[in-house]
Amino acid sequence: MSRPSRIKPALGKDNAWWWEQASQGVLAIQRCSNCKTLRHPPRPMCGECRSLEWDFVKASGKGRICSYTVLHHPRFPGYEYPLIIVLVDLEEGTRFTSQLVGCAPQDVDFDLPVQMVIHEDADGFRLPVFRLAGAA
Amino acid sequence: MPTTLRNEAAIAGIGVTEFTKNSGVSELSLAAQCIKAACDDAGLDPSEVDGLVSYTLDSTDEIEVARAVGTGDLKLFSKINYGGGAAVGTILQAVMAVATGVARHVVCWRAMNGRSGQRMGQGVSGSIISSDLIHWSWYLPYGMLTPGSWIAMVAHRYMRSYGATAEDLGRVAISQRNYAQTNPRSFFYGKPLTMEEYLASKVIAEPLRLYDFCQETDGGCAILVTSRERARDLRQKPAVIRGVVQASTRGQEQMTSFYRDELESLPEMELAARLVYGQSGLGPKDIDAACFYDAFTSEILMQLESFGFCGRGEGKDMVRDGALDIGGRLPNNTHGGLLSEGYIHGMNNIAEGARLIRGTSTNQPKSVHHVLVSSGVGVPTGAMILGHD
Repeated sequence: MSRPSRIKPALGKDNAWWWEQASQGVLAIQRCSNCKTLRHPPRPMCGECRSLEWDFVKASGKGRICSYTVLHHPRFPGYEYPLIIVLVDLEEGTRFTSQLVGCAPQDVDFDLPVQMVIHEDADGFRLPVFRLAGAA
Repeated sequence: MPTTLRNEAAIAGIGVTEFTKNSGVSELSLAAQCIKAACDDAGLDPSEVDGLVSYTLDSTDEIEVARAVGTGDLKLFSKINYGGGAAVGTILQAVMAVATGVARHVVCWRAMNGRSGQRMGQGVSGSIISSDLIHWSWYLPYGMLTPGSWIAMVAHRYMRSYGATAEDLGRVAISQRNYAQTNPRSFFYGKPLTMEEYLASKVIAEPLRLYDFCQETDGGCAILVTSRERARDLRQKPAVIRGVVQASTRGQEQMTSFYRDELESLPEMELAARLVYGQSGLGPKDIDAACFYDAFTSEILMQLESFGFCGRGEGKDMVRDGALDIGGRLPNNTHGGLLSEGYIHGMNNIAEGARLIRGTSTNQPKSVHHVLVSSGVGVPTGAMILGHD
């Protein structure tokens, strides 16, 4: 029996492209083609100028921890606990919800600099996660 | 035709089932029981009910309920979205209907086997088949699957920014647990909580502990709304609805409004406050008691600020002063709330609001002119103010 794996995202017209980029190692940020506003999570229309045209930029992966929680219960198959979830203020200006890896729960704190890395599960699923900047 | 909803309608009946961890009956049965109880409370035959309003998360269809209860012809049937954010929203539907003559007697209800059936605390890991699946897909792959995990993210930032502590959350939990000691409906009736026990309870989603979470409950709760005039003919003292509003704001997500400039406030609650104070012509100084939505303790601190009972970051100071306790500035959730009485998705907090106006709370404060009741936190929400006829 194979190990249970994390829940996979449902893929639709508004988000499949983002997960495709993630599978190629890119943390993408959607950008309005008209007014150039960055937005996350992705949506089909720009809330600033209502343009339907968009492209994306590749995030540097650098950011700081805006908030975090360490999850202990309940424990779902496919995840390792304690599980550190972080809100990261990316240097491009958008915010991203992700996981902090390679860090003991007692070492995480607000405002610490972090760096995105692509994590690959045993089943080949890839997603952007973060490490403390400078950590091995 | 009224141009305002102020004082147009009243709560004339409240009905609850027993609150348990295993009801042994269907949710439709719970719905029928609590609706019948609300009609009995009002002295109204269920055949006179012509409007039914519930939550989109409620599994009991209006027409199934109508057949089970034996209502009259239905002129209004409606369901409100966004979990516990729907609570007061159901009342708004009812008030608009009775104020405009669309319907005469509207019952709003929520019935759930919240422990033995679909458990909210299990989050969205199960079979979600809904249009917001893509929304949740930003969180599920990372293991952020439960309401506690979503609320913790906001609570943590709030607590850090304003210096609120675990003890402050504990004070909220203990205040409401104390109220539960006189309420036989409460799950924690006869089971008080000490700060030592609170702090020793296991951490679920930092910074939230076990006793920061509400109960998973089987039960039903129904609220009968009719016109102010009609309410005077019925059995109970009317709880007149001074104002009732829904509110959702820019950057709103369902539980994960993480992308606003600041995380330390609840913009949708601030809008609800502005709207409900505006509609009622009242302000924080006029409010003597509250039933703030309390799926989690941290939500109470933040709402004290949203509704203008204190300044930003001062919610902790109010709980340290005992403001929410009996005899305090603003007795809150005098039935024990979702934390200690049971979690009927906020509907049971509306019932307690009506009891406080009737003077029948098991922790009745000396003088209550107006009660503020709010809906779910972190979702599109609502608020209402109840007063005397």
